[in-house]
Amino acid sequence: MSAVQQGPAVERGGRPARYTAGGGVVLVAALAYLPYLVDTGVTQAMVVFFYLAAMALMWNLLAGYAGLVSVGQQAYVGLGAYAVLQFSNWGVAPFLGVWLAALACAVIALPTSFAAFRLRADYFAVGTWAIAEVYHLLVIQDSSLGGGSGSALTTLSGIDPVLRDAETYWTALAVAAVCVLGCFLLLRGRVGLALTAIRDDETAAGSAGVRVGPAKRTVYLAAAAGCGAAGGVVIVSQLNVAPDSAFSVQWSASMIFIVLLGGIGTLEGPLLGAALFTVVQQYFGADGAWYLIVLGAACVPVAVWLPRGLWGVVARATPLRVFPLARRVRAASPTAAGPGR
Amino acid sequence: MIWVDAVLQGVLVGGLYALFACGLSLMFGVMRIVNLAHGDFAVLAAFLAYSLISASGVNLLYAALLTVPVFAGFGYLVQRGLLNRAISSGPLPPLLATFGLSVVIQNSLLQGYTADSRALDPGRIGTASLRLSGQISLSYLELLILGLAVLVLGGLELYLRRNRTGRMLRAAADDRDAASLVGGDPRHLYGVATAIAFGTLALAGLLFAARSSVAPSSGPSELLFGFEAVVIGGLGSLWGTLLGGIALGIAQNVAGQADPAYTLLAGHLLFLLVLILRPEGLLPRRSVTA
Amino acid sequence: MSALLEVRGLSVRRGQLLALRDLSLAVEAGRVVAVIGANGAGKSTLLEAVAGLLRPERGGVVLDGTEVTALPAHRRLRLGIALVPEGRRLFPSLSVRENLLTGQYRRRPGPWDLPAVYALFPWMADRAAQRASALSGGEQQAVALGRALLANPRVLLLDELSLGLAPAVVATVYRTLPQVVAQGTGVLLVEQDVSLALRRADEVHCLLEGRVELSGSPADLSARQIETAYFGIRRESA
Ligand SMILES: Nc1ncnc2c1ncn2[C@@H]1O[C@H](COP(=O)(O)OP(=O)(O)OP(=O)(O)O)[C@@H](O)[C@H]1O
Ligand SMILES: [Mg+2]
Repeated sequence: MSAVQQGPAVERGGRPARYTAGGGVVLVAALAYLPYLVDTGVTQAMVVFFYLAAMALMWNLLAGYAGLVSVGQQAYVGLGAYAVLQFSNWGVAPFLGVWLAALACAVIALPTSFAAFRLRADYFAVGTWAIAEVYHLLVIQDSSLGGGSGSALTTLSGIDPVLRDAETYWTALAVAAVCVLGCFLLLRGRVGLALTAIRDDETAAGSAGVRVGPAKRTVYLAAAAGCGAAGGVVIVSQLNVAPDSAFSVQWSASMIFIVLLGGIGTLEGPLLGAALFTVVQQYFGADGAWYLIVLGAACVPVAVWLPRGLWGVVARATPLRVFPLARRVRAASPTAAGPGR
Repeated sequence: MIWVDAVLQGVLVGGLYALFACGLSLMFGVMRIVNLAHGDFAVLAAFLAYSLISASGVNLLYAALLTVPVFAGFGYLVQRGLLNRAISSGPLPPLLATFGLSVVIQNSLLQGYTADSRALDPGRIGTASLRLSGQISLSYLELLILGLAVLVLGGLELYLRRNRTGRMLRAAADDRDAASLVGGDPRHLYGVATAIAFGTLALAGLLFAARSSVAPSSGPSELLFGFEAVVIGGLGSLWGTLLGGIALGIAQNVAGQADPAYTLLAGHLLFLLVLILRPEGLLPRRSVTA
Repeated sequence: MSALLEVRGLSVRRGQLLALRDLSLAVEAGRVVAVIGANGAGKSTLLEAVAGLLRPERGGVVLDGTEVTALPAHRRLRLGIALVPEGRRLFPSLSVRENLLTGQYRRRPGPWDLPAVYALFPWMADRAAQRASALSGGEQQAVALGRALLANPRVLLLDELSLGLAPAVVATVYRTLPQVVAQGTGVLLVEQDVSLALRRADEVHCLLEGRVELSGSPADLSARQIETAYFGIRRESA
């Protein structure tokens, strides 16, 4: 590596990546301190934000990067929640159970993926939904998990509520942070490169030696783990679980809405969308049907006029990027001042 | 004997699944739109017919004669006004848009009609049945529904093969740009496909409500059955969809005979089994490119 | 007197690239105009813009005095512009006969109907029920041509009829051109095979990077001139 003239180089990293990493650590530390500053109303809302953000990031990973449009991610939300219940019945503390639930979901997702991946891209959506229904109906059959009426997470009811809320908050924060970090690392690595190639042209990528199947399967397993952890946070924060709501297609629906509202194919979009969705839900969620009608109606203009989501609008108007994922070509000449755009 | 009865009941309900599913298959085949509100629109049709019947006292036949064309026209407008726009930016926006419609319909019905399920009175035919043996009898209504389903599917098949617009629907499904090069307006053709889908789903919705009942929340599970029928039968083949609907109906009824808790599970498992063993469906379309 | 088809100052963008730059040409009724050029010169872009599949950034397309620039492809077909696209683009799940019948969907009145096409390509009648995707490349090309003719176009746009076909098949397909032109149809064709284009056309335009580099009647153009225009070898080297 002597000082010979260098050719153009593709790079990412550099200063923006270090800023993101530093900023992320500071932000997580600040958020972790939040329970000492605000009352539980705020932290409970933040918990909702964290698990929605985690789910949305996972759905975005599937649909926005791997082209796997799923309407069945509630399978892993439900399985994650029930895994925490099962582990707790076996004596594992729920806050640890959340992480084991993620692992369990990834394990279950492996055989599932072999069935799901037989579906052609367009039918994947509904096929995954049917798979989720199968898990839903199987869980209902298991009376030790409360059958059709569900069960309470009794191991947490003895703990002091203030401490329990704080621990729930920290777990939710950790799950969301791990999801962000996981997405970021996955997309910057080999899998991300393969996914970019697949997104541009799957057939061409395949014939150019990109291993399409493994890349997609990795993403599917990661998304199952992420949604499983999020489902674990849901049961921990609600202290009980019922099969019809844990496996409700509404989870996937919320993910779709958040990701498309925020901006698909970016990491900033789902976070922005989840924040907005949480705020709206906090203020209007109590209105029940009317809230859902307005929310459903909002999907339509978003679908028609905002196909790249809100972050797409931000990204077009400003050079602002939180996550340095785009690769840039550094000019060949050493005298070139900086990267061109 | 009860098993034979279960199979026969499965065949009868399978026809209705297929009738409901053919529009799903058509919209997907022609435009690659997965209409997540398909079931909810069917439920909406049933509830509107319910209101019409209770307000004016007309019988189910007249209500159907009014509802089906109105829904077909409505479908054309939904496609031209909404889905054609959404589709131009990829497959996800229509998914989101139809999902939004699904939520709106479900919750509006919940507001307007409460969560109770409603049934449409089919009149005298609803109680009469054809007794085949001591334990087996087939309700005339269900036989009529199956006959209607076969008739509609056959008519649709004929329309797609023989009619010039029907042929253009298949052409546009193959290659949208090439269809426009022979003078087909894709937006209009898409509108026609959705009109057919909405007409058939409205009919299916009314029949669902006539043979049992529907609730504001029934839409998603009907949608799932419909899709399973399409996939089990094989994409793009209407007779395949009929076969798929019947297979699904038989699986559900036979398993339900063994234990009611297994009714739905058996249907989903059959779907997954077909998917794994025979992803092209029982009766795949004879085309080389799907 | 204005020509049947006029392309006026057409500029078309494809992604980042300006694939056509301020291009003008005209096709008179009953004449064959050929466009030649290297790969990526913008030939297909030109035909697609004339047919209405691509929207130009600037400039326009005029058919017999009527401005059609704002019209989509299906409206232009009804006015009489038919394209046989590059790669044929038959409907693979439709039979040969059904593919031909789609050509009649919005046909104008005129001499071409199913019997006329069968008379032109007698083998098609025998294989009418076969799926289009089961035909050989040359046969598919003939069906694509038949499908376009059935619309009774006033201007027929042909994109690389000869691509991938055996010379004998190409000759068969091109032998139909005089019959088409005899009906008063104008033909604008794109051809990779330069000598073929020179033999069949009344007028040739050579495209280079989206611009017309050279035009004229085949008789007036020297091989040297064409080579220069085709490969973009600049005058300074001469
Ligand atoms: N879909 C597209 N998106 C972006 N650029 C395109 C697209 N299609 C073509 N181009 C570009 O536009 C330019 C002109 O392409 P065009 O297809 O018109 O060339 P052509 O002269 O027909 O070439 P060929 O002889 O290979 O058919 C080329 O540089 C090509 O790379
Ligand atoms: Mg070309």
